[in-house]
Amino acid sequence: MEIDPFIFRLSIFILSIFIGYYVVWSVTPSLHTPLMSVTNAISSVIIVGAIIAGLSGASQGIFNTSSIFGFFAIFLAAINIFGGFLVTQRMLQMYKKKKKNK
Amino acid sequence: MTANLSAVFYLISGVLFILALRGLSSPETSRRGNFLGILGMIIAITVTFLHVGDFSSGFIYVLIFLLVGGLIGAFIAYKIPMTAMPELVAAFHSLVGLAAVFVAISAFLNPEVFDLGSPGNIKIGSLIEMSIGAAIGAITFSGSIIAFLKLRGIMSGSPITFKGQHYINLVLSLSIIVLIFYLCKTQSDIFFWRVIAISFLLGFLLIIPIGGADMPVVISMLNSYSGWAAAGIGFTLENSALIITGALVGSSGAILSYIMCKGMNRSFFNVILGGFGATEETSSAKGKEKKPVKSGNAEDAAFLMKNASSVIIVPGYGMAVAQAQHALREMVDKLKKNDIKVSYAIHPVAGRMPGHMNVLLAEANVPYDEVFELEEINSDFANADVAFVIGANDVTNPVAKTDPQSPIYGMPILDVERCKSVLFVKRSLSPGYAGVDNELFYRDNTLMLFADAKKMTEDITKNL
Repeated sequence: MEIDPFIFRLSIFILSIFIGYYVVWSVTPSLHTPLMSVTNAISSVIIVGAIIAGLSGASQGIFNTSSIFGFFAIFLAAINIFGGFLVTQRMLQMYKKKKKNK
Repeated sequence: MTANLSAVFYLISGVLFILALRGLSSPETSRRGNFLGILGMIIAITVTFLHVGDFSSGFIYVLIFLLVGGLIGAFIAYKIPMTAMPELVAAFHSLVGLAAVFVAISAFLNPEVFDLGSPGNIKIGSLIEMSIGAAIGAITFSGSIIAFLKLRGIMSGSPITFKGQHYINLVLSLSIIVLIFYLCKTQSDIFFWRVIAISFLLGFLLIIPIGGADMPVVISMLNSYSGWAAAGIGFTLENSALIITGALVGSSGAILSYIMCKGMNRSFFNVILGGFGATEETSSAKGKEKKPVKSGNAEDAAFLMKNASSVIIVPGYGMAVAQAQHALREMVDKLKKNDIKVSYAIHPVAGRMPGHMNVLLAEANVPYDEVFELEEINSDFANADVAFVIGANDVTNPVAKTDPQSPIYGMPILDVERCKSVLFVKRSLSPGYAGVDNELFYRDNTLMLFADAKKMTEDITKNL
């Protein structure tokens, strides 16, 4: 019997949870806020689904209900992607070491 | 672009996201990590365009929405003050949640483009995946909106509780499952809309009973939910980048909530069920005679610190509210000029989100190697001369170690009371969030400085 592709995706999912577990425990507590903003940004990779929906209009006209939801999702996810990465960058730039000689 | 090739690229962007989080293990590598994250996102988006390959229709609109959203996001990222970070993160969570709902809706309405079957005849597996994604997304959205309103102060931070609350939530959760079952059985869109509507309601009801100072847990929990929602959509779209990211974000948020709960010595369920601090305060506030308190002014504080050889600063949410971090850094600069050793002690749940205090101190140019976590610094209090508590309260309360009756008993606290003297900047003697009186206020070696945190710090600096 062939293995359902779902099982492969499930394997990726489960293994990624473990990777996430170990990677996140190694994040230094002082960077927990940037961690939250960057996870926010990367979870907006959901935009790929929105783009597919937005480009789907060919057969039913550019604006059908499905693609309109797609456009809105692109808009929301784009706010998050740009906002999330840039605000993380801004925060990380503030973390400085002590200057040795003053 | 073939499906296999794009799947490889999605995998690459998933790996880049893992490396982005990995970079956060130290401030030096974190900037490169963030860059890798951006690269991963660019790859994922480009590959999606190439994979669809049809630029004849909506392409221009996709670009417009992408750019307008991006500009708004960039604008917010540059304008937002660091003290508003918790609200911003909550707002961003709500956007991820809503985007997940929208993607699920468009997949449901037009399953052909996603290869999921045809309307009214969607594969059962995909139907389950997309409705789970949509449900968690909707909960994330409405929950984050409430968290945002509470953090922003638009809505009162005190818990809103009513009778039977938990039963209602339970019934709603069960009804979501039942509705998904009927959705799969009948393929009727009415059930799909009901799942989403009830999930919005559930997210709202889940967060209203949770009080302001429990926000670190809530915000990490919503972070986790936004990840699971993304993973649910990832399964629907059979996209490994989304599945990997969803799992990463989901476990990241879960770990942060766990760390926050541990910092308060409370179980996750205790926090989620909410209402903390609303009932306990009567028992401790009553039946206690007024005890004498030593209070001082900026000159006294400056005198104490000038004669100290080491000072530990304990910042809390009050510092963020008063925006006192810059004034604090100036005070510390003066202390350092007098050859006084200064370090900062951060409790895991200080502030309104994980790492909140660290970001504020970093903003005020405090070098991160002077900032320590609870376990690293707790033994140093015994050797320090002065503890300067600014805007923190419950996290220093020794009652957590001595009184098993206290609601905060067992919570790890900063051992400020072991210092030779304690300076407490606070506006009044009112108890902290847990509603427990802090016995530290009445100790002989404590000097209360009743004032706004920022103003007091500035006055001390003048007197140094």
